[in-house]
Amino acid sequence: MNRRRDARVGILFATPWIVGFGLLMAYPLISSFVTSFTNFSVLRAPKWIGTENYRELANDGVFHTSLQNTLLYALGAVPLGTVLAIGLAMLLNSKVRGMPVYRTLLFLPTLVPMVAQATLFLWVFNGDYGLLNAALRWCGLSPPNWLGDPMWAKWTLVMIAVWGSGQAMLIYLAGLQDVPTSLYEAADLDGAKSWAKTRHITLPMISPVILFNVIMGIIGSIQVFAVPQVMFPGGAPARSTYMFAMYLYDNAFLYQRMGYASAMGWIMFLVILALTLVALRLSERHVHYETQ
Amino acid sequence: MTNRAIVGFSFVLAVVVSAALLGDRVVRRDAKPGRVTVLYWEKWTGQEGEEMRKVVDAYNRSQDRVFVKYLSISGVDQKTILASGGGNPPDVAGIWQDQVFQFADLGALTDLSSMAKAAGLGRDYYIHAYYDALSRDGRLWALPSTPASIALHVRPDLVPKRVATPETFPETLEELDALSDEISKQNPDGSLVLAGFLPSNPGWWHYAWGPLFGADLFKDGRPTVDSPESVRAFTWVARYAKRFGPQAVQNFQSGFGNFSSPQDPFMTGKVAMELNGVWKANYIHVYKPDLPWFAVPFPYPKDRPDLKGHTILSQDVLVVPAGAKHPNEAFDFIRFVQRQDVMEGLCASHGKNSPLNRVSERFFRTHPNKAIRLFDQLARSSHPIYPSRNGFFPRVNGELNNAFQEVNTGVKEPAQALRDAQVRIDGLWKTYRTQVADS
Repeated sequence: MNRRRDARVGILFATPWIVGFGLLMAYPLISSFVTSFTNFSVLRAPKWIGTENYRELANDGVFHTSLQNTLLYALGAVPLGTVLAIGLAMLLNSKVRGMPVYRTLLFLPTLVPMVAQATLFLWVFNGDYGLLNAALRWCGLSPPNWLGDPMWAKWTLVMIAVWGSGQAMLIYLAGLQDVPTSLYEAADLDGAKSWAKTRHITLPMISPVILFNVIMGIIGSIQVFAVPQVMFPGGAPARSTYMFAMYLYDNAFLYQRMGYASAMGWIMFLVILALTLVALRLSERHVHYETQ
Repeated sequence: MTNRAIVGFSFVLAVVVSAALLGDRVVRRDAKPGRVTVLYWEKWTGQEGEEMRKVVDAYNRSQDRVFVKYLSISGVDQKTILASGGGNPPDVAGIWQDQVFQFADLGALTDLSSMAKAAGLGRDYYIHAYYDALSRDGRLWALPSTPASIALHVRPDLVPKRVATPETFPETLEELDALSDEISKQNPDGSLVLAGFLPSNPGWWHYAWGPLFGADLFKDGRPTVDSPESVRAFTWVARYAKRFGPQAVQNFQSGFGNFSSPQDPFMTGKVAMELNGVWKANYIHVYKPDLPWFAVPFPYPKDRPDLKGHTILSQDVLVVPAGAKHPNEAFDFIRFVQRQDVMEGLCASHGKNSPLNRVSERFFRTHPNKAIRLFDQLARSSHPIYPSRNGFFPRVNGELNNAFQEVNTGVKEPAQALRDAQVRIDGLWKTYRTQVADS
């Protein structure tokens, strides 16, 4: 009797989550999947068109461009962000006076809202009077026009991505602090140098954390939207910064092609799923779990 | 059920009920008891928004049957569509002219023709081009709120004296190009100091370059961007990038401030001649009131004298979304805005020309733009250029913008960029006809 009553109470308390999940997650997911097989402009009833949206996507040059831009962005942003975040976490894990101040300072950029961040970097990367180019010119270099040159604009976004490394850095720091000091002491006894300790102790011990952050990084990179949308409206110059999520947004809200945008959403899901599976597969031999 | 569970459940219930009640208060429309409330969403903010609020207040005072509830909203176009889809659109929405037929094709707008006819708001009440830009096949989808015409703005202190007046300024594009070459200044390293003219500044009407050379973007009902006239126009655009070097132009432009700031390149003297709208004078008046300038019609190709006096037109418009709760009352408000005294007051406060055929002498005399007669005259041009009356226009515009960037950055040659744009447009047009226009 008690168990049944407890179950009822449990379900009752879980109801807000169940309702929230059903209305805000499950229903939209199923709905978008069905919508991806329709022609739907919001104002007229959806019309079933089978796989037409997916067939059109296969031949859509701009879709291919946006996918390629996004993958290149992820390819640059994820490794760069990972290396930087691990490096910073290691520095912040050392025993130096005033460490809480350094930790706060390095985490602060993560708190800057994305639109403010984009606006700030429009100034930093300005080809004429930007801070970066002023510094490069001072070094005697001839810097490019980061925002106006199709060859450089995408890589500007990659560089901006590392600005948000604070979140990952914090997780790496927590992982580093969990590495048993006895391992380092044993390595010291064996005469291991600093790089050897990093390679054979630190990195293997935080490898599950690295895997987690890489997967989150992949998901975030494929969905990148706000910063390029503010800095490079319409994917300018010449669609060199036109990201997947921007094209999806334009189809949904600029051209009212909800079916097409839904199909794009599902392709995005499949791309993220595939990349996550690849990451998991590649990690099998390199990730060390303490329970193993 | 334990006492704790009952308390918890009651709390959740209280939150849900409060949210429902408060939510209802937020979306409730009835602003004034006994009057029909017309909900009006407008894109304008700041001073422009305030000027429209004055018109709304005047309307609300002028009668006691309808009350217009005015809301300044960002992203008004997308929100109107989504609200219409959800069955709760505003009664009046202020959108942009180039969206009118896209919205009409989607079934998002109410046909205003019969109401306009009954109110005496026919084609002859307006400058024809403004009315024509909003109607198709005898159906009227919107009426103007404030219009604009576009002209070449010139800094007389940056051009030679022989051309420093509207009367002596060059009339043909070839002369404009020569003048631009003559006055542009580059440093020995190639960096620009002064550009006579740049097609990429401010870069708001790339769809119009082809028509300025005589192209028809919807030739025989088919979107066409690779016509010889368009290729000629984009070759002319490329000439400027090649003359200065694409890299030099990009670097130079990245130093331009916002058009609505004192760092605007025309005001700072980085650009001597600029294609811009009637509103330009507003910003000059605010940021550099002593700046010398004059406006002239944009030059025409020497071998096409028939295009002389052509101009680009744009307008902000008022529409009644499909499914609006009070379309008749909504139109009553729109009709009020179209009254000559109201319209002239609104347009003058926005620094725009009037869309109406009859314009009072007082409007010209008191208007803040010293060149307002020219802008009025341009609006009456026999060669007006405005967004095509086709719901597919935003796609054509998007592809032309991209082609322009490809040409201006030297990524592609003009013919290639337009050919690629045409291929893409052909595919999109086929889908559009199947999925939107013919459905």
